[in-house]
Amino acid sequence: MIEVTGLHVRFEGVHAVNDVSFAVPRGSSFGIVGESGSGKSTVLRAFSGLNPDWTGTMRLAGMTLGRQREKQFFRRVQMVFQDPYGSLHPRQTVDRALSEPLLVHGIGDIEARILRALAEVALPPSVRFRYPHELSGGQRQRVAIARALMAEPEVLLLDEPTSALDVSVQAEVLNLLADLQQRRGLTYLMVSHNLAVVAHLCPMIGVMLGGEMVEQLSADDLRNNRIAHPHTAALRALSTELEGP
Amino acid sequence: MSAVLVDIANLSIAFPTRQGLSLAVREVSLTLGVEKLGIVGESGSGKSLTARSILRLLPPNAVVTAERISFDGIDVMRAGETELRAIRGRRAGLILQDPKFSLNPVMTAGDQIAEAWRAHRKGTWRQARQAALDLLAQVQIRDPGRVAGSYPHELSGGMGQRVMIAMMLAPDPELLIADEPTSALDATVQAEILRLLEDLVSRRGMGLILISHDLPLVSHFCDRVVVMYAGRIVEELRASDLASAQHPYTRGLLDCMPTLTKPKPRLPVMVRDPAWLA
Repeated sequence: MIEVTGLHVRFEGVHAVNDVSFAVPRGSSFGIVGESGSGKSTVLRAFSGLNPDWTGTMRLAGMTLGRQREKQFFRRVQMVFQDPYGSLHPRQTVDRALSEPLLVHGIGDIEARILRALAEVALPPSVRFRYPHELSGGQRQRVAIARALMAEPEVLLLDEPTSALDVSVQAEVLNLLADLQQRRGLTYLMVSHNLAVVAHLCPMIGVMLGGEMVEQLSADDLRNNRIAHPHTAALRALSTELEGP
Repeated sequence: MSAVLVDIANLSIAFPTRQGLSLAVREVSLTLGVEKLGIVGESGSGKSLTARSILRLLPPNAVVTAERISFDGIDVMRAGETELRAIRGRRAGLILQDPKFSLNPVMTAGDQIAEAWRAHRKGTWRQARQAALDLLAQVQIRDPGRVAGSYPHELSGGMGQRVMIAMMLAPDPELLIADEPTSALDATVQAEILRLLEDLVSRRGMGLILISHDLPLVSHFCDRVVVMYAGRIVEELRASDLASAQHPYTRGLLDCMPTLTKPKPRLPVMVRDPAWLA
């Protein structure tokens, strides 16, 4: 579904992404982990079309992507950001936020679709006419996910979707993402610094360091410590050391 | 545990709403000596309000009732602003989540630390600047000179948080309150900062209150952990006894986290028992 080959991104002399290649099969998930500044979010933004300064090849379902994305691209690919408070318009109701993608893409049947979307992310219908500040963090992230699903995309780009949430809410959102993927056959490309979260959702993981993807391994290999690169080993050691009893 | 540094008895904090008073903290009691205490709970559990009540840094509309809030024998409830100022920053420092919002963007890191040092220690600017460099070295910054001359936007998140810690250490406080000090940082930097805090606190013989929503993380760096739910302390335990936590809420907090070593196909979701509120 997603193929990235030889991707480079440069900002004013900084080589932020250096020759990154990976592929994600339809209906599967790929997770990118790394520290701040490793280039993981830059990869996601380049794929989403938010950053035009890249070279290399990126394909969506076999179609080569250009620098300017077509409208059709945004119908097939949607993004969920880390902070739902920052990504929802503070003076628009949930109803308005959810109907916007439908209006943009000329999709009818708005009323029914909004109610269905709210049910799908397990929000009560009463949330529809609320403003973002009237919702909890977990509810806001559900709204952001519902909005991303409105245009019925095939791919969701997830940028640290749970790191602003409480651990109990994080569990609910991760379960929701897993359910949605199963129900709709969605393909996920997810970025996070939390190894346990990525390994929970993604069977394949790419580790980034200084703009390069230094290792790609399966979640099973990561769990069982079958690791090739020292940076992956260091991230794993840190993550397991701080785990609970 | 030696002398009692903080003693809170029966603290309740409420906020007026259209429906009457809404209780955010309910009858909380805790004491702290020279030790590391973790307060863990979700957003809205009252953990930050409880810790901030020690400095009486609460929103102006908060209605506070308590049998006792004392800091090293000083009655914080009845203390005047002058008395409070002698505690705030000087004897008890507060470190917040995001250094981007806590540092002055138009002043170099070194000058901010020097200013904090001068405000509490009285000395010349020359002495203060030297002290700032020493403090930056203490928070394990390799090149204190360069960081001292940098503005906050030129520093990474982890570096900014080190500068905040250096600033809080300037007056040599007895207590440090760290309110989610690493939530805005990456996993690796997070561990470095917490290790640094733990080390400084142990070496200087200070008390530490570490507030977070990550229970395993906190227990790793604290001696004792208090778990709060809906404004109440539901469980208090030694960090080493985390595995034998009794309260279903504490268990839930531990179980719902994905882990690398014990994978689960589906994460258990917290089922909230109304009885926990009783």
